[in-house]
Amino acid sequence: MRALQETGDRRQEAGEATLDVREIREMFPLLAGTVGGKPLAYLDNAATTQKPRVVLDTLSRYYAAENANIHRGVYQLSQNATQAYEGARGKVAAFLNAAEPAEIIFTRNATEGINLVAQTFGRWQVGEGDDVVISTMEHHSNIVPWQMLCEEKGARLRVVPITDAGELMLDELASLLGPRTKLVSIVHMSNSLGTINPVRQVVELAHAQGIPVLIDGSQAAYHRAVDVQAIGCDFYVVTGHKLYGPTGIGALYGQRRWLEAMPPYQGGGDMISSVTFERTTYNKVPHKFEAGTPHIAGAIGLGAAVDFIRSVGFEAIAGHERRLLDYATDRLSAVPGLRLIGTAREKVSILSFVLDGVHAHDIGTIVDTEGVAIRTGHHCTQPVMARFNVPATARASLAMYNTVEEIDQLVTALTKVREIFS
Amino acid sequence: MSHLRELYQEVILDHNRSPRNFGPLEDADLQADGHNPLCGDRLSIAVRVDDGVVTDVRFQGSGCAISQASASLMTEGIKGKTLDEARALFDRFHRLVTDQTASTDDPALGKLNVFAGVRDYPARVKCAILAWHTLRAAVDNRHEAVSTE
Repeated sequence: MRALQETGDRRQEAGEATLDVREIREMFPLLAGTVGGKPLAYLDNAATTQKPRVVLDTLSRYYAAENANIHRGVYQLSQNATQAYEGARGKVAAFLNAAEPAEIIFTRNATEGINLVAQTFGRWQVGEGDDVVISTMEHHSNIVPWQMLCEEKGARLRVVPITDAGELMLDELASLLGPRTKLVSIVHMSNSLGTINPVRQVVELAHAQGIPVLIDGSQAAYHRAVDVQAIGCDFYVVTGHKLYGPTGIGALYGQRRWLEAMPPYQGGGDMISSVTFERTTYNKVPHKFEAGTPHIAGAIGLGAAVDFIRSVGFEAIAGHERRLLDYATDRLSAVPGLRLIGTAREKVSILSFVLDGVHAHDIGTIVDTEGVAIRTGHHCTQPVMARFNVPATARASLAMYNTVEEIDQLVTALTKVREIFS
Repeated sequence: MSHLRELYQEVILDHNRSPRNFGPLEDADLQADGHNPLCGDRLSIAVRVDDGVVTDVRFQGSGCAISQASASLMTEGIKGKTLDEARALFDRFHRLVTDQTASTDDPALGKLNVFAGVRDYPARVKCAILAWHTLRAAVDNRHEAVSTE
């Protein structure tokens, strides 16, 4: 612990970005809570992150003082709401470094972003005998939409295998690509293994053969600065509730040339420019993909959330999370009978593990009584569980507000698991 | 801790460590598979019936301590019972693990009363009840895999 602080001090002297975790925690009302009299150690950030007060205040202010429907009214309130909503689009565009705000489509979540691409780009581009390429480490949300599409079109779903460490086998990816490959869809950072995939290389390999790429950034976008132009991907999806923002709002980034060419997703109001019973013409990008009244408050809340993240800074966040990951890896590795699942060289602060002779659900229930919230189960990645031949894992996933003390709390709780199952 | 000890009672831990009636059953008259998708628990139950009475029952599969122990204690609890009695036990067991007002010392359930602690852990009810749902499917001669979802 002292060593860790000293490292921190040295970093500060060296002028590296650091964050004051106490200060950060005070911005999150929920983190001050207790569970059964024990302080809460919230270590399930890969499932959802907690919300800073600035996001909660933005939501409440919007409903209390700014609520109106957008893109419709000529009155001031509606114009203000429209501006706030479109302003949030601009903030998300800047956050992902999209070339322009119109390349950001608001969705319900990352899942809907992927489904949107499958149902528009996919139904348009993928035909009988074509291939869609994904990997073993995908979340079910980046498997099932493609399975449904392939079933409908008579196309094949091809799967890039992973190593025992949980790393993507790039040479296998290269060998799967061919003239029939219509899309590669790969996760940026794995939610169950913590692996950071070399997405730029994935894009280079695919683009060398003219194949578009979707990157699932659900886990990545709250851990690292994402630059969609530097990655070069055609599509990128994120979800707001993992970005310290509200649930029910997410975003799809798509290159304008694709968004212009793709057919619309859902039909309804706002996505049209004119409607007669004979013919409807569609609105321009991005509105073409946003039928009906959107989650206006959610989008504005997401705008506040990305502002918050940028104010803390990814350099400081990544540095803090790296130190937490190293500390947690050392502490957990020293627990007798514990095996980490996912040991990639490039890893984000997600630690999946199994304990000899104890099922993950028993671990989850027991550590909960010590105030520790971790996820147990298959994490919506059943093929990953099958790959590592485990029914389930326990998973601690760390965010900017987590502390070494919380990791100690988890390790202490695990000794209680051992006591009960001795 | 005391609450936790009520969930993980010694009997449950013992049946998890050394499950009774575990393994395949040849010449089974009734059989069903169960799956708890959330946890990844999988069970398969095989029953031999003679004149309406359960003469042998075995289970196979993997899962958490609660689901393994529940399957193990269930096999002990229903051996020698008629199929109707087994169905009635299912109902009593279901009440035991879900109903806060149910008796925690139901004479008909006997040893199975150790699962009363599960009612304080709603997320774990599925674990305790999986074996029973699977048995129910076997007894009702339903062959599609049972899912707790």
